[in-house]
Amino acid sequence: MSLTADDVTQRAGTRVATWFTASFALLIIAVLVGTMIGPAGPQWWRVPFELADRLPLISINSGVSAEQWNIVWQIRMPRVVLAALVGAMLSVAGASYQGVFRNPLVDPYLLGVAAGAGLGATVVFSLKRQTTQNWLIDPLPLAAFAGALVAVLATYLVGTAFGKTRSSTTLVLAGIAVTSLATAVQTFVLQRNNDVVRQVYSWILGRLSSATWADVRLILPYVVFSSTVLMMHRRLLDVMRVGDDEATALGTNIRRVRLVVVLAATLGTAAAVAVSGLIGFVGIIVPHTVRLLAGASYRRVLPLSILLGAVFLVLADIPSRVLANPAETPIGVVTAFFGAPFFLILLRTRKN
Amino acid sequence: MSTLGFCDLTISYDGDCAVKSFNNLVNSGEWLCLIGPNGAGKSSVLRAAAGLVNYSGSVAIDQKEIPTTSAKWRAQNIAYVPQTPVMPDDMTVHEYVLLGRNPYIKHFASESTHDKQVINNVLTRLDLTRFAKRMVGTLSGGERQRIVIARALAQEAPVLLLDEPTAALDIGHQQQALELVDNLRREQGLTVVSAMHDLTLAGLYADRLVLMHQGVCVASGNAQSVLRSETLAEFYGVSARVHHETDGTVVVIPQRSTSN
Repeated sequence: MSLTADDVTQRAGTRVATWFTASFALLIIAVLVGTMIGPAGPQWWRVPFELADRLPLISINSGVSAEQWNIVWQIRMPRVVLAALVGAMLSVAGASYQGVFRNPLVDPYLLGVAAGAGLGATVVFSLKRQTTQNWLIDPLPLAAFAGALVAVLATYLVGTAFGKTRSSTTLVLAGIAVTSLATAVQTFVLQRNNDVVRQVYSWILGRLSSATWADVRLILPYVVFSSTVLMMHRRLLDVMRVGDDEATALGTNIRRVRLVVVLAATLGTAAAVAVSGLIGFVGIIVPHTVRLLAGASYRRVLPLSILLGAVFLVLADIPSRVLANPAETPIGVVTAFFGAPFFLILLRTRKN
Repeated sequence: MSTLGFCDLTISYDGDCAVKSFNNLVNSGEWLCLIGPNGAGKSSVLRAAAGLVNYSGSVAIDQKEIPTTSAKWRAQNIAYVPQTPVMPDDMTVHEYVLLGRNPYIKHFASESTHDKQVINNVLTRLDLTRFAKRMVGTLSGGERQRIVIARALAQEAPVLLLDEPTAALDIGHQQQALELVDNLRREQGLTVVSAMHDLTLAGLYADRLVLMHQGVCVASGNAQSVLRSETLAEFYGVSARVHHETDGTVVVIPQRSTSN
């Protein structure tokens, strides 16, 4: 048994490479399946041929009409891409939050993102959508985005103003307070505008059904920017795992790392929430699955969360469009339906 | 290969003075042991040197004052082992020891081949290579202590601070851990400052003892001069016999105050 440290890193490297290849393959399969299944459109098996036909240098007669292609490309594809982006963003943000707060149970909505976005959306719905419907820019995602950022900013200001210690507990508690406050205001506004309860309710449960390429363009820069920033912190998140004191003694400016990571994760989450509503559990399930599969180092958790988060939401979106066909099952219901049992199993294995 | 100097070090928590005007110069390659009752300020001195608490006065490496702003520079010169290190169960030993290279890695960069080389050397030297891919959570207390020391060594800092390094260990592992530190000190000329409760062990390993009481240094010197029953009675409020062996070893034996 003479195993050198080099062998160890090499073996670990091969295993990680396997996971990356597998996740990437899964993503391609998920995207393909996502574009193949839907209530209208061409027969499912024709779609891959048509997609291949669209690639350069390949010509296959798939027998898909232009009209059917439109359904695939203009309706299904943006929805699949949006699901992938939102899933990737929520997962990597969740993993990062869990890292900086050293708490495996926090999700990206921790510091008030959800409540702030909900409040923003409620306000827009209450202002009578008819009047805003023909605006050049849809105010709904903007209001949700702004609400989310304002809520987290408030949390951060309150949390750091009163918490003189390095502890992150004050920040989490401030998040709870801000969430309660925003929810209270939201409930008050809803009470006065009974007619929009249904719309707000379906927004809160999350939806990808109205996805267009415009939505994709809207969130793509935020997702790319904030996942890049988070990925750059993957080594530092590993250092943070030994606690604030030791990370400081190892030469890390933990306040700066925490601030940058929280801001980047919040920005991405707010963008995702703005176009898709509140999709719960993704930010917890995916990072934990990754940890169980490939180990807890953030160097693996962050990139694999991006890939598998995309896979998870693309796949979760499929039952959401076929289960109650022709109606939509809100995607938040699907993710929570799978998420809650998963969470219980996770707690059980943790206990053992 | 560096001295560690404390000049007028004062630490207060919410207005309460924990350490008052602490002055000391730890020579290069010296092992200084801070002793004193609970709350005397031993840990605070170490935490100040590691940059974990605010202080007034200065901490200097080779007479060069450590700026409070440069955590990296500090970590390249001072390695700190806390009393109860946070050890994530699901981290491999290799990953854990690699954290010690953090002060040398640029903010967003990753480890260089040199960093990995340092880790391999440290693991080999501490005979930990076979543990490299084990999870930290599966290790015994003695093994964990070696891993923590390995991480501190990976920092390649000339000064090593140990807060109660033997608190959680049985007598055999206490000896092993302290022997390990002593060997490393001799091989690499490390300057060691430790806080310890076991006075016999402290006297056995340290070159010099500093007795602290209520944040003030009240005695300093070798084991024979500091470990006296009157001194211990005064500052620890303990009734103890102090036995001086012929080879210079000092043994502290607690006594029942009344014989019943």
